Amino acid sequence: MSTPAAAAAGAKDESQIRQKRMIGEHFERLARARHDGRKVVYTFVPGNLTELIASFGMLSVLPEINALQSGMRGRSAAYIAEAEKSGHSEDVCTYVKCDIGMLRSGNIGPTGTKLPEPDLLLLSYTGCFTFMKWFELLREQYRCPVAMLHVPYQPDGVITPSMRAYVVDQLKNEVIPAMERVSGRRLDLDELTAQLARSAAAEDDLVAVWESARHRPSPIDGYFGGVYYVGPIFSAFRGSEEAVAYYRELRREVDARMAAGKGPATPDGTLAEERYRLVVEGPPNWTSFNDFWRMFTREGAVAVASTYTRVGGLYDTGFRHDASHPFETLADYCLGCYTNLGLPARVALLERYIREYHADGFIINSVKSCNSFSAGQLLMLRELERRTGRPGGFIESDLVDPRYFGKANIENRIQSYLQMVDARRHGGYA
Amino acid sequence: MPETHVDPCGAVLERARALVEDRSLAHVRAWKTANPGALAIGYLPIYVPRPLFEALGCLPVALFGGGDELEIVRGDSYFQSYICHIPRSTLELGLSGHLDPLDGMVFPSICDVIRNLGGMWRMLFPDRYVAYLDIPQNFDMATGGRFFAHAMREIAEALGARGAKRLDAAALRRAIGGENARRASLERLDAIRRAEPWRLRASEAYLIARAGAGLPAATHRALVDEAVEAASRRPARLIDNARVVLRGSFCEQPPLDLIRSLEKAGCDIVDDDFQLGLRTIDGEIAVGEDEDPLDALARTYLQRGVATASRYIANDVKGAALVSRVRECGADGVVFAAASFCDPALLDQPMLEAALDRASIPHTSFKFAENNAQFQTIREQAGAFSDSVKLWGAER
Ligand code: SF4
Ligand code: SF4
Repeated sequence: MSTPAAAAAGAKDESQIRQKRMIGEHFERLARARHDGRKVVYTFVPGNLTELIASFGMLSVLPEINALQSGMRGRSAAYIAEAEKSGHSEDVCTYVKCDIGMLRSGNIGPTGTKLPEPDLLLLSYTGCFTFMKWFELLREQYRCPVAMLHVPYQPDGVITPSMRAYVVDQLKNEVIPAMERVSGRRLDLDELTAQLARSAAAEDDLVAVWESARHRPSPIDGYFGGVYYVGPIFSAFRGSEEAVAYYRELRREVDARMAAGKGPATPDGTLAEERYRLVVEGPPNWTSFNDFWRMFTREGAVAVASTYTRVGGLYDTGFRHDASHPFETLADYCLGCYTNLGLPARVALLERYIREYHADGFIINSVKSCNSFSAGQLLMLRELERRTGRPGGFIESDLVDPRYFGKANIENRIQSYLQMVDARRHGGYA
Repeated sequence: MPETHVDPCGAVLERARALVEDRSLAHVRAWKTANPGALAIGYLPIYVPRPLFEALGCLPVALFGGGDELEIVRGDSYFQSYICHIPRSTLELGLSGHLDPLDGMVFPSICDVIRNLGGMWRMLFPDRYVAYLDIPQNFDMATGGRFFAHAMREIAEALGARGAKRLDAAALRRAIGGENARRASLERLDAIRRAEPWRLRASEAYLIARAGAGLPAATHRALVDEAVEAASRRPARLIDNARVVLRGSFCEQPPLDLIRSLEKAGCDIVDDDFQLGLRTIDGEIAVGEDEDPLDALARTYLQRGVATASRYIANDVKGAALVSRVRECGADGVVFAAASFCDPALLDQPMLEAALDRASIPHTSFKFAENNAQFQTIREQAGAFSDSVKLWGAER
């Protein structure tokens, strides 16, 4: 799971230009990594230990982001075909196959330069079992060390002392020693705590951006637009000065939009009229991202909140990185990512979003690739409708496999769903 | 010995089959009647530490979905088409009352589907005990072992609050001893079909092993011993089959007729991962004299848990365990039979295939669902594979 790392089409805000520059510079640093003697760590978005990686002066590569970028750039179909040709099942996660296919096709990253090979695979196992298989597969190719961080699941939506201790023990006994070996440096606790303090500052601003969507009209789209907003914090930048500056700027822009009574930016400019407020569960489709977004904007539908934008960290329930407890806070961060929560906790969170963001209803985009998200979503649909009295819509697609994006079918479903919302509005909500 | 048409294994196989087909868990009800107040706890594949439950006076009951006989009425409406079959049939069993004899359910950490099914169970059956058992992927005793032992203690406490016996070291030692004895009997059963597959076919060994899903270890062991003894009395036959190892079916189980189809196609399945939960630990669970038996349970899992798709292989080369197993069994090749949409098995498979290729071991693969009814294509594929590996073996 992850987010696109490029500025949205349409009007370019300063923050978008800044994000694009940050990403470009990061890929330049990666391209020079060997030359500059910097070590490269491949890791995943949910439960990423960006501050720790950066405190060792190492650079992160996030294969999920490469996969979704390949989807957006129209390359994923060929990469998936390449992986399936080499024996990977059509049934499994397309992020994995897209990554494997990209690797087999020369490992050219989103900016057109070859990605450096990893010095370490940091297998942080948060919210999804496929991650473990993914890095076992990559290890076969790269033959580099793997540091495993098994993050337990929160079946009750509660972090127990035993879970936290387990993660902290692994950080101290496995992950940090592995990073010390690879980087040739000792852990610099001062640097780590400085990073963590900056993370918390950026997180404050991000939460303010999320919560702006409680306003009518919402100045942001918390799903399609939201995936751009989480780009820096979910990827290689959390804990950096650049991330702090980006989120400060983004918050200022969103506040100004709100003060001016403006709606969200969309691929076709600012949304003129907010007709539907929706909460969205599940990842987007990347191969037809803008088409998918326009199915909503054409109808005046705005996503006021989404769970996908919480896969790399759930900050609006109160968590912030806490520099005074560096290991415990890293543990709590990993444990708290959205798909690491049991289904009842996921339903409770969605219910909260529907109520607090005054949503007219909710849409579930169920992706074929991802059992972590998808298994149980049909029960979530029923349960949320029962609890909130708001109608739920259910559509199916995939992350980066264009074969599973049935445009006409999805569009029909969205339109019938919005008609249902209208009908319910006239009937009044429970 | 006079010619007889009575199969020495007939009776024990019939009893095993009745147990396997007892989807309404009549035998669990009978156990509860004989043990008033005791709890029966269901669990999903593949592994939970069964001796822990027996030490608490509980009956652990392994559930393997609904097989090919159960009609799915409600289960399908809870799962998208691209999710494997076992969660929908398990839910069907739960919603239709088949699992009512169970006082609770444990969902071990094997994959995202079983994990999320645990969450669904909490929502659909709010009055029942539901636990998620996070099995460690860190194999250091001070880290993963401590976490695992704590998770087991939490289950013991929660069941204690529902009327189970208190966790007692002596009782746990006894339960571990019982499990070791069952395991030794299963090993004898496996040894027969490895050495003399004509005496006991894989489909028969499967029934005998699976019959223990809802039996106390001692009762199951008696059944296995009876099968071992009966098999030794079966007359010898000469058959020229290919010897294969089967992998991928550790969770959702193939229909029995599919296993038989492979046999009819000329494959002797001399090793498999059906019913893996009973064989997750390689060898016996040794408890040191001064050791807390709960720690021993955790330690043996960490140190001697077998390689499966849901266990992180930290230091070994992926597939090395499978290659060794093929060689130990004197197998000619490997058949991968994974449930459709099974992430762990299907993601694992390319790595295992690569290891087999490096070792020049032939393999073939297909997918199934527990409710498949047509096996013609699989049978033809297995037949061709069996012929080719025999030829390959003859040429080597
Ligand atoms: S299964 Fe889902 S969470 Fe896991 S890697 Fe694939 S898309 Fe990401
Ligand atoms: S068959 Fe595979 S994917 Fe399905 S529940 Fe079992 S392990 Fe999970």
